[in-house]
Amino acid sequence: MNQTFPQGGTPRADLGVGLFVLLLGLLALYAAWAIPDSPLYAQVGAKAVPYLVGAIMVVLGIGLSASALRGGWSQDIEEAMEAPPTNWRALGLLGAGLLVQIALIDWLGFVIAATIQYVLVCSAFGSRKPLRDLAIGIVVTLGAYLAFSRLLGVNIGAGVLEGIL
Amino acid sequence: MDAISGLAMGFGAALTPINLGWALLGCFLGTAIGVLPGIGPALTIALLLPVTFKVEATGAFILFCGVFYGAMYGGSTTSILLNTPGESGSIITALEGAKMARNGRAGPALVTAAVGSFVAGTVGTLGISFIGPIVVDLALKLGPAEYFSLMLLCFVTVSAVLGGSALRGLTSLGFGLLLGLVGIDLQTGQPRMTFGIPELLDGVNVVLVAVALFAVGETLHLAWRHVEGKQEVRPIGRLWMSRTDWKRSIGPWLRGSFLGFPFGVLPAGGTEMPTMLSYYAEQKLVKPEHRGEFGTTGAIEGVAGPEAANNAAAAGVLVPMLTLGLPTSATAAIMLSAFQSYGIQPGPMLFTQQAALVWTLIASLYIANVMLVVLNLPLVGLWARILKIPTPQLYAGILVFATIGTYGISNSVTDLVLLYGIGIIAMFMRRFDFPTAPVVIGMILGPMAEQALRQALTISQGDWSTFVTRPISLGILVLAAAALAGPRLWGLWRRTRRPA
Repeated sequence: MNQTFPQGGTPRADLGVGLFVLLLGLLALYAAWAIPDSPLYAQVGAKAVPYLVGAIMVVLGIGLSASALRGGWSQDIEEAMEAPPTNWRALGLLGAGLLVQIALIDWLGFVIAATIQYVLVCSAFGSRKPLRDLAIGIVVTLGAYLAFSRLLGVNIGAGVLEGIL
Repeated sequence: MDAISGLAMGFGAALTPINLGWALLGCFLGTAIGVLPGIGPALTIALLLPVTFKVEATGAFILFCGVFYGAMYGGSTTSILLNTPGESGSIITALEGAKMARNGRAGPALVTAAVGSFVAGTVGTLGISFIGPIVVDLALKLGPAEYFSLMLLCFVTVSAVLGGSALRGLTSLGFGLLLGLVGIDLQTGQPRMTFGIPELLDGVNVVLVAVALFAVGETLHLAWRHVEGKQEVRPIGRLWMSRTDWKRSIGPWLRGSFLGFPFGVLPAGGTEMPTMLSYYAEQKLVKPEHRGEFGTTGAIEGVAGPEAANNAAAAGVLVPMLTLGLPTSATAAIMLSAFQSYGIQPGPMLFTQQAALVWTLIASLYIANVMLVVLNLPLVGLWARILKIPTPQLYAGILVFATIGTYGISNSVTDLVLLYGIGIIAMFMRRFDFPTAPVVIGMILGPMAEQALRQALTISQGDWSTFVTRPISLGILVLAAAALAGPRLWGLWRRTRRPA
């Protein structure tokens, strides 16, 4: 077969997906096996359905891998085939935004962590005005905080700024 | 209780100032969210679920119904003015609607979409009021074995019948079932699939999964291939339909509504099929002098019909949700989890035990529908302004709300790690064309199906043949098998018949 695939061989990417699903199924089977046996009597115990779902995922993973080996399905997805190349800058900045949130939220509180995340996500999508984003970000995160904590009555935890409010 | 007296009671309860306020708030929020590209009613209701801790059930469900109907109205505005369908049901509307907007006919397209949504919403809500009680009477005769078979049918139809590929749809469903298994098994008290992580003992929260799939995954997928540039929002023009426009729209509205509603009621879910069928039907039925407008300058029939079909199908989804407790769309699944957080289990008993709640909810659907058609057209300028929020600020804001909605569940960083992790999986699911709705449906319906399975087998004393010896259960299983194998056999038959 002399087919050319844009983006460096999509059947290989499809095979990766198939193997991932297979792995997920095997992991589920292991987790089902690890469920302790119940001392209670039951017609269907706690393990039956996890085993079943795990087995189904293994079968589906094999099916997807087989489909990938026959050429894959990505070439039929117009959106993926016509997509521009991976934007590493956008993904990197967005990923940094998510990591910042995880690292800072317990320490500095939601408002500060989310404001930093807001600025990073804006620049990921090409905003060139970080100071303006910072100002909007503070308003948006404070608004979200007040809406959730005061109107919906959700506890958003303590933080540096939340303590003052 | 019959539909008329039920509705009388429902309207009595729904027409209080406070409940009208909830409906108005829901309609407004829903439309605004529906207008924003990339996010929809499932995400909005998921983020609003904390309301259930503070507000009594009636108010919360009136709010959710307003959001549900509002988001459908808002979605069509986006497809027409931006040519970016917000959800799968609006793809067809975008086909003709965006072409009409490009040719300066955005006004009539918006009006026909709004009035069509109203017609469809009315037909759909009437359908819920009068078909609901009939389905309930039938459903009361079903035991756990029949219920389990019905859920299997539901699994097959939402994941394998519609959409691109049965393999991928079922994989999405399986992923959802796995997520639903995490946590303590209610029957035996055993921890399952927790990998020794104490935070997972309570299970994975459905809000977290919905937010990860619909907000985080969407944002990551957009960033992956992001190219800077501005999208053009088409000017609205005059919001007015000529006499010819009205004449050309009435047929498609009604046909679309009556075509869409049954698709929603059947446990098939999905609005793609009825909207596509309506589009092809209108293309065939259009008067010859207007046929040339299809695909060129934009035909009003191609907006009126599919938009009505979309809304009627979405309304129909509430029938299996309220009467059987079976969610067949992501939004219905989230609403079901809202019922569960009040300790109410939707199903046939709902209409008898919670009659006041159900009929108030149905009455509020009529009210929301009227509010939306009155509010939407005058406010369309505001909705168009929402469309002008630049992409960076829009998605940064979506992530802020995604994070706070998830962190608020239990103030745990583990939840955020899970949120972003499932978000990354969702990004790949978008890229490789795996549907996301089956994940949420599997997660909500999976534990219910397992419970029905165990009950049925306890009753039959472990005899698995109970599912095929009970006639109704067998019938449903045959239907499920046919739904799974049918399309493939049909394709095979066509291929062998085609001359080589």
